[in-house]
Amino acid sequence: MEDKQSYWSENLRLIFISLVIWFVVSFGFGLLLVEPLNEIRLGGYKLGFWFAQQGSIYTFVALVFWYTKKMNDLDKKYNVEES
Amino acid sequence: MDELKLYTYIAVFGSFAVYFGIAWWARAGSTSEFYVAGGGITPLQNGMAIGADWMSAASFISMAGMISFLGYGGSVFLMGWTGGYVLLAMLLAPYLRKHGKFTVPEFIYDRYYSKTARIVAVACLIIASLTYIIGQMKGVGVAFSRFLEVEYDNGLYIGMFVVWVYAVLGGMKGITYTQIAQYVVLIFAYTIPAVFISLQLTGNPIPQLGLGSTLADGSGIYLLDKLDMVVTDLGFKEYTTDNMGGSVNMFAYTLSLMIGTAGLPHVIMRFFTVPSVKAARQSAGYALVFIALLYTVAPAVGAMARLNLMNTIEPVAGQNLVYAERPQWFKDWEKTGLLKYEEKNGDGKIQYTADEATNEMIKVDRDIMVLANPAIANLPNWVIALVAAGGLAAALSTAAGLLLAISSSISHDLMKGILTPNLSEKNELLASRIVMTVAVMVAGWLGLNPPGFAAGTVALAFGLAASSIFPALMMGIFAKKMSGTAAVWGMCSGIGITMLYVFQHKGFMFIPGTSFLGDMGPNWFFGISPNAFGVVGAVVNFAVAFAALKVTGPAPAHIQQMVENFRTPHGGIAEAHDH
Repeated sequence: MEDKQSYWSENLRLIFISLVIWFVVSFGFGLLLVEPLNEIRLGGYKLGFWFAQQGSIYTFVALVFWYTKKMNDLDKKYNVEES
Repeated sequence: MDELKLYTYIAVFGSFAVYFGIAWWARAGSTSEFYVAGGGITPLQNGMAIGADWMSAASFISMAGMISFLGYGGSVFLMGWTGGYVLLAMLLAPYLRKHGKFTVPEFIYDRYYSKTARIVAVACLIIASLTYIIGQMKGVGVAFSRFLEVEYDNGLYIGMFVVWVYAVLGGMKGITYTQIAQYVVLIFAYTIPAVFISLQLTGNPIPQLGLGSTLADGSGIYLLDKLDMVVTDLGFKEYTTDNMGGSVNMFAYTLSLMIGTAGLPHVIMRFFTVPSVKAARQSAGYALVFIALLYTVAPAVGAMARLNLMNTIEPVAGQNLVYAERPQWFKDWEKTGLLKYEEKNGDGKIQYTADEATNEMIKVDRDIMVLANPAIANLPNWVIALVAAGGLAAALSTAAGLLLAISSSISHDLMKGILTPNLSEKNELLASRIVMTVAVMVAGWLGLNPPGFAAGTVALAFGLAASSIFPALMMGIFAKKMSGTAAVWGMCSGIGITMLYVFQHKGFMFIPGTSFLGDMGPNWFFGISPNAFGVVGAVVNFAVAFAALKVTGPAPAHIQQMVENFRTPHGGIAEAHDH
């Protein structure tokens, strides 16, 4: 039972970290901070515009794979994998 | 028959033949195969199928066109429709798979031990899915009428027949394998023209990089800077900074689309088809990769199409195109009524500006941008033919997924679950095929007689999913004590406030003249447009449910035990209780 509790709280911690990054790259860099970031250039892209139309999507993909890997490790650590 | 038509026939009917072949090979023999493909789909296959299921006529045909005219404001669709998969992968998919049932309303029934909850969920699902299907059916009709010069109605009948064959015969199993083929068709159809155009304009074959490169005309100017200059010269807002309705509206819009995406039943249902929790997590990742392939190309398609359009009309500053010398694609689209020109200053040349008094391009429909793009850029005919097949693949694959969501919620949740619990498996399978046939006919009828409010209802589909289904599922997993009655209160309040807001600004049931607040910015709550309101509905849902929980008291112990069970991958699948 205790194991189950700490498995769940470690999972919640991973979700929290992921959602913070999810929020920062899209709502943060792509929307709220878009004007100051647009002062910086990435080739022909203004950086804020790049996050809104490109960067946030790449980060989403990386996040889902990172979370999947971490959860697989967690399943092993707590020995709760599917048989 | 000219060359273009021949290629188009080959591409379209060749792809249909493949779908039929797959349908025959993947026939469903049991309810489990019909609803969830027997749970035997690999994560990679499921990822592709989700990609095709998700990317509809709207993603394929309309999205780049919207970005083309909204510029930076179009980012809400790009972030909203991809960011939702992060929520799905972490908050819903693995746990719903672990619970291991066939439909979303069934999960809601088990978790909230309430038939009312199940019926509310079925109602949301059917409204959301039907409004979505209208758009797909219209897409099929338009693609046929434009590319094959078949009557709109006949095009629709052909589309209905194709979907009917593989969806009724194969159920989820047939749909899954067909969707994999459709994904391949649509992604090639979308990216190949983009690669050509990117190469022409910037010399870089990768559209995502081309968009950030300098123009290939030797001027050394960045493509986006050039676009900003061209559009602002004509009085339009600057492409890279034009924020649609302000930051608050964009914020709420993006969040509503994300939550709505994660709550759409036809997508969630696809996670029931994989064999394990681990596979459910993986397939969310693959799905996002396959979706991102199109979604990161779309902004390049949008910006490049806009630049090409502007350059066609005004090749050199001050020297506008003479109307009598307009290119063939211009004439073709004028015939469809989606492109309209009106001479205003009598010089016979085309003026395209942001000022209504001098603008002569009185209609440039956003939907033509993707379809006309290859012709505007003078690409070979086989590329144009491929785009036609791709548009059809996108519309048909999404329609099939939606039809299955509707038919399973009627045959499995309403009939087997509530009205006739003694239905045998064989009869349930027969019933779901009959329901599916009826659903195809209803969808076709709606496509033939699209209700006047069709365009406005897409907002309602996302609004319903965001304000009812997503919060109910999330609380079901993360709030162990949430009780059934409290969740029903939450769902009803969330839907209620969202519908009220949409109706008060768009008219009751979208009937013009019945809106009592008017569809105007100043009347909007914090400047949030009705399309962006789903997130407020979701917040209300959460708030009401947690307040009601204080009154109803926590869920019974065996329900809390069930929640504990689906939070970890190991152990058996939870047994449904029989109340």
